[in-house]
Amino acid sequence: MVYRASSPELSPSAISTKMVVAGGFGAGKTTFVRSVSEIEPVTSEALMTEASAGADDLSATPDKVMTTVAMDFGRVSLDADLALYLFGTPGQDRFWFLWDDLIRGALGAVVLADPRRLADCFPAIEYFENVPDMPFIVALNCFDGILPYGIEDVRAALAIDPEVPLLTCDARDTASAVYTLTELVRYAMNLTRDPVFA
Amino acid sequence: MTSAPARSARVRPYAITGGRTSSRRPLLLETLVSVPGFDRAVYQELVAETREIYVLCRAVRSIAEISAGLGIPLGVVRVLVSDLVDEGRVRIHPSPAAAGAPEHVLLERVLRGLQSIQP
Ligand SMILES: Nc1nc2c(ncn2[C@@H]2O[C@H](COP(=O)(O)OP(=O)(O)O)[C@@H](O)[C@H]2O)c(=O)[nH]1
Ligand SMILES: [Mg+2]
Repeated sequence: MVYRASSPELSPSAISTKMVVAGGFGAGKTTFVRSVSEIEPVTSEALMTEASAGADDLSATPDKVMTTVAMDFGRVSLDADLALYLFGTPGQDRFWFLWDDLIRGALGAVVLADPRRLADCFPAIEYFENVPDMPFIVALNCFDGILPYGIEDVRAALAIDPEVPLLTCDARDTASAVYTLTELVRYAMNLTRDPVFA
Repeated sequence: MTSAPARSARVRPYAITGGRTSSRRPLLLETLVSVPGFDRAVYQELVAETREIYVLCRAVRSIAEISAGLGIPLGVVRVLVSDLVDEGRVRIHPSPAAAGAPEHVLLERVLRGLQSIQP
């Protein structure tokens, strides 16, 4: 697997921000993060207790079985002093409690959907619909270019708000993945635009 | 750190943090941490996971990278980094908001950065 760049070190004055890539198991989250990341994406078996992840409280249930969670993330330098981190959500539903930690402070989220298994992304959409001030868009990862339905049929099937951007992408392709992120940013800009000037 | 020998993975995180339970700082997964001036004397003083963090953060790292790089649970990394900050040994880089960038300025900067990426 080829990465976009060798991992440049962040500058001492760097600041960071974050976006989240969500979706069902096998939707292409890891692939997407890999396409954008300039460091070798980390698919770490992040060892954590349910307590540590949720309330950041390690003592509440110290005997709780440790859980290993496959947490994907990558990083890309947007300019000399700004690093963007991309986090893929853990797939299993029993890790919902981790999502709250993952999304805290995020600029927004891309929900990836496999058009052949649309329903797999419903839980992610429902999750983000219930997070205040968290812009999300839906990107159909068209495996091998196949989109079996018209995109408006997909919108109807997803029952998403008409304003939520819905687009197609190829998670394996850097330009396509990056473009998807720019669409998320543009959408977030529209949402945050000062209403006086809107 | 005086900790009882960890009997199993179950009690280990609690032992590493000396029984303390939560970090007092808002450390997000992407929060950057760095060592302003690496000091060998400090290095000698530190032990175990705290020392590993001190060494790793000679280059700027996020909380997530520290956890993944050292194999330390996120909750533990947060507590230990918080301690190191209190002791003045590492610094936390400000969030964009704390650095004074309004949301729309940050978004414009992110957009420009994304558009400059060459596949
Ligand atoms: N043909 C094709 N395969 C893909 C595409 N995106 C992902 N894959 C493959 O689909 C599988 C699941 O992708 P992965 O990124 O691991 O999904 P995740 O579970 O959401 O992280 C992997 O074997 C990928 O190589 C795509 O756009 N086209
Ligand atoms: Mg994955």
